[in-house]
Amino acid sequence: MFLAKSVRLAFVFRGEMKSMAKEIVRFQDVTFKYDENASYALNGVNFSVYEGEWLAIVGHNGSGKSTIAKLMNGLIFPDSGSIYVNGKEISEETVWDVRDLVGMVFQNPDNQFVGTTVQDDVAFGLENHGIPREEMVKRVHDSLAKVKMDQFLNQEPHHLSGGQKQRVAIASVLALRPAIIILDEATSMLDPRGRSEVLGTVRELKNLNNLTIISITHDLEEAVKADRLIVMNRGTVYAEGTPADIFLMDEKLVELGLDIPFTQKLIKKFKENGYHIPDEILHEDKLVDYLCKLLQKI
Amino acid sequence: MQIVTKDLEYVYQKGTPFEKRALFHINVTIPSHSYTAVIGHTGSGKSTLLQHLNGLLQPTGGEIRIGDLTVTSEKKGKGLKGIRQKVGIVFQFPEHQLFEETVEKDICFGPMNFGATEEEARQQAKTALKLVGLSEELLNKSPFDLSGGQMRRVAIAGVLAMNPDILVLDEPTAGLDPRGRTEIMEMFYQLYQEKGISIVLVTHSMEEASKYADSIIIMHKGTVYKKGTPKEIFSSPAELIDLGLDVPESVRFQLKLEDKIGKEIAEPSLSIDELVENIFAYIKRVNEK
Repeated sequence: MFLAKSVRLAFVFRGEMKSMAKEIVRFQDVTFKYDENASYALNGVNFSVYEGEWLAIVGHNGSGKSTIAKLMNGLIFPDSGSIYVNGKEISEETVWDVRDLVGMVFQNPDNQFVGTTVQDDVAFGLENHGIPREEMVKRVHDSLAKVKMDQFLNQEPHHLSGGQKQRVAIASVLALRPAIIILDEATSMLDPRGRSEVLGTVRELKNLNNLTIISITHDLEEAVKADRLIVMNRGTVYAEGTPADIFLMDEKLVELGLDIPFTQKLIKKFKENGYHIPDEILHEDKLVDYLCKLLQKI
Repeated sequence: MQIVTKDLEYVYQKGTPFEKRALFHINVTIPSHSYTAVIGHTGSGKSTLLQHLNGLLQPTGGEIRIGDLTVTSEKKGKGLKGIRQKVGIVFQFPEHQLFEETVEKDICFGPMNFGATEEEARQQAKTALKLVGLSEELLNKSPFDLSGGQMRRVAIAGVLAMNPDILVLDEPTAGLDPRGRTEIMEMFYQLYQEKGISIVLVTHSMEEASKYADSIIIMHKGTVYKKGTPKEIFSSPAELIDLGLDVPESVRFQLKLEDKIGKEIAEPSLSIDELVENIFAYIKRVNEK
């Protein structure tokens, strides 16, 4: 019963979004198998992404999250169905235009460093795109400044921390001026400090440049801060909505191999003990404020 | 088997211009059948310490006693090979180290290197696979056809097949989904309880450390900053936060709430249940007054 409600909420939300923002990615009945004999990695997937939003895609290992990322910039093509980026359907012909729009940051900081120094690494993608040298130098410096790595121009990658390497990876993507950045578990190999460094950087960039962020993640504390969430389960979209909608799913999320954020767990414990906590309280700071008032009243 | 370090010191590239001191006077004891968590920032010396536990690194000062074997800067000691069988290290992302054609061959690699016959090794592979919760049907599959979570379990089985007394785990849950994380941590805890082995867990997750470990070592800038039970370690959370370390979410939340109301509610709560209990007990206490 809940699912129906969440889908309806998502629908209403989507309606609102449409009037506010432009649709920038659309998946339409997308199906994909890695191997003919294997089961579906994606099976009839439909969703849209809107310009300027932070969309988190969550789901268990093997639920199809990373397949979505690979399809979105044409690393693989769907078996059936269509994917549109900025109104253009991805095909062999359009894939290079699409890749100009969609930048990806992968999980392992050590697997995506191609240059011998920080600035070479950022220049690599620009060279591939045939950007003139003057423009290239400017873009390398600009994008490294934006991720606060401009003090490290001639550093070699093995002198950098994981968080710094991921920031260089983001700069490399940024230098190509994409409209969309996909983070494919880009913080999962980092320590807590590296993680907040990277997410902070992305958040700033998003606000400055009106970027669209699609973050594929297991980190529910990160997902709670997204504008919208898609929950994947076994190759299908299980639910779609705001963090508030999705985290109401509670135990259902645990069944799907996910978890419930700390604040939601705590709210649930209070409710079980007969304390009413208003539904609009979603973030930790709000809950602290609310409990503080409650405790001062007694 | 017990591990004791005495003024253990380690300098990378000693005697070169790149000399870098990674460990200073480390004195820790890892008793038989214990569960120890090692916590610290990237660069705090955790991994360097870990590599001493089975003699992969030789101290540049002080000593480490692993069971009966003493390793100092002068002598590596005989029997280091035996020690490597007794102290199994599961490195970060161990699935990257899988290399054989089949799961069975991959798991057998370790035991056979330590002199087991093929027959014995196969037997051990079966047992180890069961311990990590995978079915025997996987034995003849290529490890590269498995899911990420399964691959990690196979890699861990490769270490377990050597029957270690001490299992050293370097961030074993990194990159797994929440269910996979819980499953694998529960599996290690079961091994610790049922097989009587010791576990040394290197982790960034304060939840894992406080939930499973009976003692915690906090490394900071190459030294042991603090050691004790989870209760002791998190009894002064503000200090840890000042160091830039995390504390369990329940501790952090309680601290925030206490700051806001300007009163202490209770001792730091190590779990969410404890936190809720403590808040209700506080409400009750205030009401009775």
